[in-house]
Amino acid sequence: MTKENSEYLIERYDNVYEVVIGLEVHAQVTSNSKLFSSSSTKFGAEPNTQVSLVDAAFPGMLPVINAFCVKQAIKTGIGLRAQINKKSVFDRKNYFYADLPQGYQISQFKYPIVGEGKVVLDMPNGQKEIGIERLHLEQDAGKSIHDIDPQNTLVDLNRSGVALMEIVSKPDLRSPDEVSAYIKKLRSIMRYLGTCDGNMQEGSLRADVNVSVRLKDSKELGTRCEIKNVNSIKFMQMAIDYEANRQVDLIEEGKSIDQETRLFDTKKNETRSMRSKEDAHDYRYFPDPDLLPLEVTDEFIENLKKDIPELPDDKKKRFIDEFKVSPYEATILVSDIDTAKYFEEVVAKMGKNKDIKLAVNWITGELFAVLNNKNLDISQSPISAKNLAKLVNLIKNETISGKIAKTIFELMMDGDKDPQIIVEEKGLKQESDPKALEALIDKIIDDNREKAIEYKNGKEKLFGFFVGQAMKASGGKANPQLINEILKKKL
Amino acid sequence: MSIDLKTIKHISKLSRISVDEQKAEKLAGDLNSIFNFIEKLNELNTDNVEPLTSVSETTLKFRSDEVKNQNIREQIIKNSPEENEDFFVVPKVVE
Amino acid sequence: MSDITSQSLTSLVNNIKEKKLSSEEVTKAFVDRSEKSKELNSYITEDFSNAIDKAKKFDEKPNFDLKLPGIPMAVKDLFCTKDIRTTAGSKILENFIPTYESTVTQNIWNEGGILLGKLNCDEFAMGSSNETSFYGNVQNPIDKGLVPGGSSGGSAAAVSGQLTPITIGTDTGGSIRQPASFTGTVGLKPTYGSCSRYGIVAFASSLDQAGPMSQNVEDCALLQEVISSYDEKDSTSIDFKRDQYSKDLTRDIKGKKIGIPKEYRVDGMPKEIEELWKKGIEYAKDCGAEIIDISLPNTSYALPTYYIVAPAEASSNLARYDGVKYGFRAKGENLIDMYEKTRSEGFGAEVQRRIMIGTYVLSSGYYDAYYLKAQKVRKLIKNDFDEAYKKVDAILTPSTPSSAFKIGEKKNDPVSMYLNDIFTVPVNLAGLPAISIPAGHDAAGYPLGLQIIGKAFREQEILNLAYAMEDKINFKNKINDWWIK
Repeated sequence: MTKENSEYLIERYDNVYEVVIGLEVHAQVTSNSKLFSSSSTKFGAEPNTQVSLVDAAFPGMLPVINAFCVKQAIKTGIGLRAQINKKSVFDRKNYFYADLPQGYQISQFKYPIVGEGKVVLDMPNGQKEIGIERLHLEQDAGKSIHDIDPQNTLVDLNRSGVALMEIVSKPDLRSPDEVSAYIKKLRSIMRYLGTCDGNMQEGSLRADVNVSVRLKDSKELGTRCEIKNVNSIKFMQMAIDYEANRQVDLIEEGKSIDQETRLFDTKKNETRSMRSKEDAHDYRYFPDPDLLPLEVTDEFIENLKKDIPELPDDKKKRFIDEFKVSPYEATILVSDIDTAKYFEEVVAKMGKNKDIKLAVNWITGELFAVLNNKNLDISQSPISAKNLAKLVNLIKNETISGKIAKTIFELMMDGDKDPQIIVEEKGLKQESDPKALEALIDKIIDDNREKAIEYKNGKEKLFGFFVGQAMKASGGKANPQLINEILKKKL
Repeated sequence: MSIDLKTIKHISKLSRISVDEQKAEKLAGDLNSIFNFIEKLNELNTDNVEPLTSVSETTLKFRSDEVKNQNIREQIIKNSPEENEDFFVVPKVVE
Repeated sequence: MSDITSQSLTSLVNNIKEKKLSSEEVTKAFVDRSEKSKELNSYITEDFSNAIDKAKKFDEKPNFDLKLPGIPMAVKDLFCTKDIRTTAGSKILENFIPTYESTVTQNIWNEGGILLGKLNCDEFAMGSSNETSFYGNVQNPIDKGLVPGGSSGGSAAAVSGQLTPITIGTDTGGSIRQPASFTGTVGLKPTYGSCSRYGIVAFASSLDQAGPMSQNVEDCALLQEVISSYDEKDSTSIDFKRDQYSKDLTRDIKGKKIGIPKEYRVDGMPKEIEELWKKGIEYAKDCGAEIIDISLPNTSYALPTYYIVAPAEASSNLARYDGVKYGFRAKGENLIDMYEKTRSEGFGAEVQRRIMIGTYVLSSGYYDAYYLKAQKVRKLIKNDFDEAYKKVDAILTPSTPSSAFKIGEKKNDPVSMYLNDIFTVPVNLAGLPAISIPAGHDAAGYPLGLQIIGKAFREQEILNLAYAMEDKINFKNKINDWWIK
């Protein structure tokens, strides 16, 4: 069962509070066209150039549903190990806003397309299961721009009508770290499935964060506040931290918490109330009479199941079983689909006599460091999986030493060069001929008679000195294992 | 049942239709006589009746995921009350 | 031919096909008569010179294979017409020029029809007398000062006054059949899903249907054949096999079973309506139909149900008229102020009233008591018809509980206005097809109509029944062209 871990508690005098968090994640469905119209969903277009008569809510325009978006939602549901509802209904959520052209958002209220599911988080102290309440399809709104024109607000409807999946978690999250892990896991699953690109900078993934606090060990939920539309993990964590402390302070002062919608101000690092209470929302949900109930068959769902790739949890298990990597390493390798793909390609290219442990070290060590430095995704890696596999093999078959490998790795980055060619061109092949090495060592012992005697008399530390001299004399190419053996024999 | 002025004000706010006192009173009168007539439905017991949203006995038909609209910004913006070549324009919104 | 405008659509089509008349002659005749008929206030927007140009073009290169070869036609101003102002009878769309065409009107132009102009109607089709139009009330050609019915009042007046050979209206609760009945014309509300709603300004999405309005049943069948089509752009459009309504039209209705619902004998129904109905039953018998008494027990709940469902949907459908993208905008201090003033100044009183009702019945705390309740009763009403149709092929009722009333007579009493739709509304709630045909006159000489309600998608059946009965009734409209000086 779930294990309490990564405890995040707020203490005031004798009172210890825990934080209860639920997320409503809005994930943009990866599709060519919008949920109910044939406009493009491409990011970054000129304002209002991806707007149809339907998106701008012209009189008499009607919605027609995009089959692909339905499939994407169901696939995501399968990925979340959730109940798929064969019948779901689109409702209208009525409210007025400048970037909501219809005066209502088409969403799913009573009957969502996906029901309860779960996501497993790998936390430092073990696994934790987070419940999924539901997933439903809905339309995105347009964008109001307040900072171009000083007198007016400008409206761009390019996003209006783009398909979103709203994924609602149960209030199972207890800390900013768990929220981070949850978002990352959700993103990872959707990227494996190809249902959402998870790009937070472009707004493909945003969340409304519900935060409440309660005395630890209390069973009742406190009054929650909803922090709207937070678009990065870091901001979510900051907002939760601020909001939880604000609520605890209020309770400690004997004040009550208003259930309300709040906004996270990223500049001031604080949350503040968004709408006054007198303007309380009443969305007047009712079934959209322009749309009939959405029904899918078992066969439709089964066909989609056939399309589901191996997902992170299964892949992790397989990596551990098949490649004998540690659970920790496996978690890192499967966290993003592109990393997993890269790793699997390296493994495949290494051939029969492979050293997976070594490959993992190179990927999570040198390669990750470079990607981090250059701010690149692994899909943009300057070194291909094929060439990294070759490099690892060169170490494994003792053609080069680990130290030389680092030099070669640097050279490979210039145009994804083949390490084999670098070794040949630069003459970096490891010296493993015992006769040549013996001659080299004889000369070193000869040159350092006194130190050799001291070693024999028990000053064993000097062994390292001789190894160093031998490596230096070979230009770093000597096989370190052989050097060790020969030195032991000769000294 | 009676719809009072407070309710009228609330509905007018939700509907985004401004009403002054006089209009609110007229509306309250009209709505009350209409709802009197609507209340007739309470005679009926509908406990075990499935609500009917659509008379169509079919289900939603699917569209394929194709982009069909090319840029028709000019058409889209053409009828807008405030002139601007790129955007719809509304009075400044302060969040 | 001097009497062009008094000809039926069918004879105009034949005369054009036989080259006895040109499209230009026909078009000019209707334009001339329309010009002389301003007092009826049938038109909101005229497109006469374009119509004549199109007619000339048609005559230069005529295609007689079309179903409406060069036939001019004015349409209700609820259909969006490309590059022609479309107002829905509202101030809020006073300057709105669509860049697109409704599917129904496109179907008409594809068959050779030519647009004469846009016809007056109640604002957003909300009304039963055409008095809610921002563009003024329409006169009934039957008599001065008489309403033509609504909401397709301009359409009914234009057909009855021979300003257009035929037209289309929309019917949400009776908006085709009631004005047809008031003006001595024929009006068909097709099965929900028969005619595409794409490009029609929406009133209540689950009830709205477009349909033909004509001088006789044969014309009605021909236009229905043209406008009914499956449309992928409307998710509620139904893909069923559509008949060749005009080709398959027959007066042979022998053995057809016609139901007479006892619940339609409402309290206070004028004697002449009762008598008309009886006469209708006799006509049906004369045609060889079998008369069967039936019961539609929930009939009296239809109107209250309608006045929850329709305003609820309308309150949401009309949210898009907010002054942002198109149409009228009032100046406001901020966004909300702009919305509230735009909608308060842009919508008329009846539309505002219905938006308020709709908002109320959907609002938190009232949804179950009103909206959900109404949907359940709607189910019961549909069940009534399903049950009845196990025994009969069609149902015969009066179209309206009275003949046309005076302009202003019911304007300030919404409920008595709403009662006009008592016989027509159940049909919309159940999504069925129904036709109103003129069947007699009241003491004042005002026309009265009978309604034949059919099974879903069986338009042919009710058209045949209407065709047969029309022949027996032999109705003549009493119009003296009082408005032409």
